[in-house]
Amino acid sequence: MNSTPAIELKNITKTFGSVVANKNVCLEVRKGEILSILGENGSGKTTLMNMISGIYFPDEGQIFVDGKEVVIRSPRDAFDHKIGMIHQHFKLVDVFSAAENIILGLDDEKKFDIKEVEKKVAEITERYGFSLDPAKKIYEMAVSEKQTVEIIRVLYREADILILDEPTAVLTPQEAKKLFAVLRRMRDDGKAIIIITHKLHEVLSLSDRVTVLRKGEYIGTVNTSEADEKSLTEMMVGKKVELNIERDEPKNISPRLVVENVNCVNREGVNLLNDVSFTAYSGEILGIAGIAGSGQRELLESIAGLQKLYGGKIIYNNPKTGKSEDLRDKTPQQIRELGVRLSFVPEDRLGMGLVGNMDIVDNMMLRSYRKGKGIFLHRTGPKNLAEEIIKQLEVVTPGASTPVRRLSGGNVQKVLVGREIASSPKVLMAAYPVRGLDINSAYTIYNLLNEQKRKGTAVIFVGEDLDVLLELCDRIVVLCAGSISGIVDARTTTKEEIGILMTKSKGAEINE
Amino acid sequence: MNALAVISLIVVILSNSIRQSIPLLFGSTGEIITEKSGNLNLGIPGIMYMGGISGIIGSYIYEKYAAVPNAFFGIVIALCSALIGSGLLALIYSFLTVTLKANQNVTGLAITTFGTGFGDFFGGSLTTIMGDGGNLQLQYVPGYFKATLPFASKLGDVGTLLFSYGFMTYVAIIIAIFAAYFLNKTRTGLHLRAVGENPATADAAGISVSRYKYLATTIGGMIAGLGGFYFIMDYTGGSWTNGGMGDRGWLAIALVIFATWKPNFAILGSIVFGGLYIAYNYVSGVFSMLPNADRIRPVVQECFNSLPYLVTIVVLIITSMRNKKENQPPQSLGLPYFREER
Repeated sequence: MNSTPAIELKNITKTFGSVVANKNVCLEVRKGEILSILGENGSGKTTLMNMISGIYFPDEGQIFVDGKEVVIRSPRDAFDHKIGMIHQHFKLVDVFSAAENIILGLDDEKKFDIKEVEKKVAEITERYGFSLDPAKKIYEMAVSEKQTVEIIRVLYREADILILDEPTAVLTPQEAKKLFAVLRRMRDDGKAIIIITHKLHEVLSLSDRVTVLRKGEYIGTVNTSEADEKSLTEMMVGKKVELNIERDEPKNISPRLVVENVNCVNREGVNLLNDVSFTAYSGEILGIAGIAGSGQRELLESIAGLQKLYGGKIIYNNPKTGKSEDLRDKTPQQIRELGVRLSFVPEDRLGMGLVGNMDIVDNMMLRSYRKGKGIFLHRTGPKNLAEEIIKQLEVVTPGASTPVRRLSGGNVQKVLVGREIASSPKVLMAAYPVRGLDINSAYTIYNLLNEQKRKGTAVIFVGEDLDVLLELCDRIVVLCAGSISGIVDARTTTKEEIGILMTKSKGAEINE
Repeated sequence: MNALAVISLIVVILSNSIRQSIPLLFGSTGEIITEKSGNLNLGIPGIMYMGGISGIIGSYIYEKYAAVPNAFFGIVIALCSALIGSGLLALIYSFLTVTLKANQNVTGLAITTFGTGFGDFFGGSLTTIMGDGGNLQLQYVPGYFKATLPFASKLGDVGTLLFSYGFMTYVAIIIAIFAAYFLNKTRTGLHLRAVGENPATADAAGISVSRYKYLATTIGGMIAGLGGFYFIMDYTGGSWTNGGMGDRGWLAIALVIFATWKPNFAILGSIVFGGLYIAYNYVSGVFSMLPNADRIRPVVQECFNSLPYLVTIVVLIITSMRNKKENQPPQSLGLPYFREER
């Protein structure tokens, strides 16, 4: 192993206005190793990586590549120093083919010939064990293929330093395994790899060393072989944390929500949900697993009254009146007026859950503006609620009157989940409520969900981390291409079983 | 009518359609290049006006001061002044929308208002300002632009169909073909399309988003300006009438949608639009046979004038129903690009 670090950062500081994103951060990655960067939300991991890849420019500090000091002012400079970043949100042009996306921005003085590019791409895919059709358009691709395009784009530029920002967030366990195999092959090829992830077990199984950041500051670097989940979490959070999710046995269960043969069709006439049937009981957490886009969103939206259904019933057993009511074809407003409480945390936080330009108090009022008499709004209640959420969930914000879009992703999520739980629902649906949250905030959310379960709420939890689904839920519904491929008991099933169910729909062929 | 007469009639209709189509083709080729960079330039009508009036001003001054007007200088000076005028206006649009991130629709409409106003002002008062007075009518320069190949008239229908136009007609078609090749087959074209589709991706790939937007908008504006210039020099023969260019600027923008953002389709599309534009002249005979012809005629004429727009609406409906990604407008069309700040 070469002793000169492939890249070294010394005392990097970056501020956005009055917010310090990184303060005196030091970091080094050697050739032929995988370094993980761990940190809570807003600890400055992505900002740091953006400085290496030329999106931001550091206020202070130095960057060394191969022992020489360099200045990286733009993504192009980063390419010149053989640094490539695979972004969390893919940076690809939808209507271009894989090869066109790979060549984008590259100017190698040669004649522009897409066939040549496709040939070279094929060589790279073979060398590292990918599978990819270079002529396929991006919009026809599955998420894992898009990620492959991103990685090959970086390899095509002969990058020696690869940065991956939460690469497994969108992958199934099987796909993640494949990715790790590829990453290990690249490491053995002498490349330096930096990977940002929230998942501790990935850090432990994949990386050689771990660097921990906390609130923008550098905490330390440890060899993975000498670390375990507990010690890493303590470094990240700065205090001891209990990492077990409590799971009580469900008590007094009764069917709260009965979904029968629900079908849903999109604008092009493609079936998004096929005869979906299940029952959500009060006092239990029902997990929903599936690859992104398997119908989770449509299912939750149908229950919340936001999707037009083609056939099927959604029966809600009202605990107050003892009556059964069909929610089908009722507007969200009618569903509320019937006394049916559906709290809904949509996948797209800022799109459907909150209004970015409004402050936290106003966002609280989106749920309560009909309360109170007369034509004027009553702000005291929402204001107290906002302050309570900020305190209880440790939302990092200058104050309750800060526009929500200024908060970091994790904090936005906390505000949204906090508001939905505060309306003391009878059925609580949460889609990816911990997406992008650090471990500490994630556990806060899990505890909140558990608390609702104990109160007798039927909780429906759509998650992507199978480990969490297995630990938190009582039963898990697995969706595959709009159909239920299995309902399993979370206490007895395994990750592998769910992984297989996620990719295999019952009786039906998978199209893509 | 015998077969030969029918063919001659078709040739005449076609060649008149082509004459009508050239301003639209210039305009929409320019707008396609602009829109591929993600800038929706609604200032195209104003920029076409600007190209026309700048060309006429340049030529007028040249004719006034040149001792013996010469074809080469006449063409170069007229062309250059048209390009500079329309380029400047497009540059103002780029500065407002790219550097200052102003709303593209509002800016574009302002540019159109300014361009038409500028054109009408100088078109009406240039002769007075220059101390000559009278109507604005160029003497020599339009002749250079209208000149056809000497053997064109001897070739009968073939000559009428293919060789009876001034050189700007061929320039328009060559520019459109070249633009199609540039967008689809070159590296720079690929980069330009990436900027219009997804500027954040282009930025991360090391492409200078602002530079591409500026260049595409300015060059696109210059090409569109040639449309107005052609109309003044070749079509009307060097005379200015306020509002004479009509709604050709808006038609050019409609043609962009009709051609689904493909310059080579715009060539055919412009001939169709040009044909629709003059279709009334060939059916008016039918309507004049009807009772109350004088009262019906203006109504029918207006209905025919609206045909290109109706066709565009139909195309819009068909393309959105088919929902094919390649036929959609560039994804970030009309949106300003901010490099993300958290």
